[in-house]
Amino acid sequence: MIRKKVVLHFPATLVEQPFIYYLIRDYQLMVNILRANINPRKEGRLIVEINGEEGDFNEGIDWLSAQGVRITTLKQQIIWREDRCTHCGACTVICPTGALYLQRPEMIVHFDENKCVACEHCLKACPAKAMETLMENTTG
Amino acid sequence: MGKTKSYEEINEKIKSGNAVVVTAEEVISLVEEEGVKKTASKVDVVTTGTFGPMCSSGVILNVGHPQPRIKISEVYLNDVPAYTGIAAVDLYLGATSLPESDPGNSKYPGEFSYGGAHVIEDLVAGKEINLEAYAYGTDCYPREKWETKMRLEDMQEAILFNPRNAYQNYNAAVNTSDRTIYTYMGILKPRMGNINFSTAGQLSPLFNDPYLKTIGIGTSIFLGGGTGYVAWHGTQHNPHAPRVENGTPKAPGATLSLVGNLKQMQSRWLRGLSYLGYGVSLQVGMGVPIPILNEEILQYTAVKDEDIYAPIMEYSRGFPYKEGSNLGWVSYGELKSGIVKIEGQEVPAAPLASYAGAREIAETLKTWIQEGNFTLTRPAAALPGFD
Repeated sequence: MIRKKVVLHFPATLVEQPFIYYLIRDYQLMVNILRANINPRKEGRLIVEINGEEGDFNEGIDWLSAQGVRITTLKQQIIWREDRCTHCGACTVICPTGALYLQRPEMIVHFDENKCVACEHCLKACPAKAMETLMENTTG
Repeated sequence: MGKTKSYEEINEKIKSGNAVVVTAEEVISLVEEEGVKKTASKVDVVTTGTFGPMCSSGVILNVGHPQPRIKISEVYLNDVPAYTGIAAVDLYLGATSLPESDPGNSKYPGEFSYGGAHVIEDLVAGKEINLEAYAYGTDCYPREKWETKMRLEDMQEAILFNPRNAYQNYNAAVNTSDRTIYTYMGILKPRMGNINFSTAGQLSPLFNDPYLKTIGIGTSIFLGGGTGYVAWHGTQHNPHAPRVENGTPKAPGATLSLVGNLKQMQSRWLRGLSYLGYGVSLQVGMGVPIPILNEEILQYTAVKDEDIYAPIMEYSRGFPYKEGSNLGWVSYGELKSGIVKIEGQEVPAAPLASYAGAREIAETLKTWIQEGNFTLTRPAAALPGFD
């Protein structure tokens, strides 16, 4: 079994098709939608956590790609620019999942990509603009 | 009363490389292990630091005269306006200044992505900035418009001059209303969803010398990665704030006005900040060395987060409308643990000042002194309320 967070980018032409339904029915995958931005006739974006057998997962992803859905891994969505981070900690009460947290007692900020759901609250909460979002990165 | 030391004796030890220097964090465990008396006789200097947002900051710039000369009456640095009501090419660029094109909070909450503090950071980082100046023209200063690119090194003088820094304590902020609010204390979630605070606690300069017995006008300090000085007391300086037994105030107390040559500072320690819905501020790194002249002064430097208290202030009505008093006090020990209990509710706590940065400043200042590159200054005068 594997569990992975991915971002599905739907071109405007595909946005009205029920891909998640097929993913669940045909590939026996558990799909947990973490965040969705879907609008009629516009490019859509879904952040999902997929749980299932590795073979099913890979086949499901291949099928989505073949349909024209672009898939990126979630960790590429939110970037922590450590060089810009002043380790103030303002983000740590705004991040809803604990992905951004303070290591105590040193009071050093860390970013756990695995806990990030790309809600982007940190982009607004960080006064030093150390958090960035990268939409253009793609992987298979 | 044990042995006393003079500034001169301490400086002699610094110059000969024999001074014993510890940070305000290290001194705590030293005193716990060896007691006040022994530690006071051993330690010569305790270094402090803080790295927090300080809106009351800015730079005095002399940009030099073009040919022909100009008496600037309106000026923009990277579109950010600076004050020109002084001599011809002297300007004051405040940290919170915003471009005229900034939409402010008209699209609430505003982003305030670039302002005076960012210009200061860019200048110190060696980046080229755009200068656009206007004048009415005089016989002696005929030029009416001047547009040029400039770097910090091209300027005749650049003086960081901060009217209020290093606040001796500050409010811890909560929001009891039903909507999220956007403040200079950060984003405050509704129904006390979080509590934000902004001092370095036990490392913060004025908590370690609460009665300013060694800090006064002329004290040399770490400022923005270079050397600076205490110029005066800061605005809103309040020596009469109520205090706890160890001398630290339970409310915003003393403040410092700081000055230093911007050209020897580092952008690492002068950072432009954008607070959503509030505006721009400058994160200033500063630290003060405290000479251990006697046991009493050493005792003050051993103060711990657990024994320093911030007033809890409500920021949806209480603070902005001056309604009601604070909701009580909370220790920096509790605040830094990440969870504070207020009226039975567990409230997540976050700092706005970087404690890690404060520690690095105290360590850097320690190294400068240990290596004989930084000596201590006897104040030329005490600050009001502490003489």
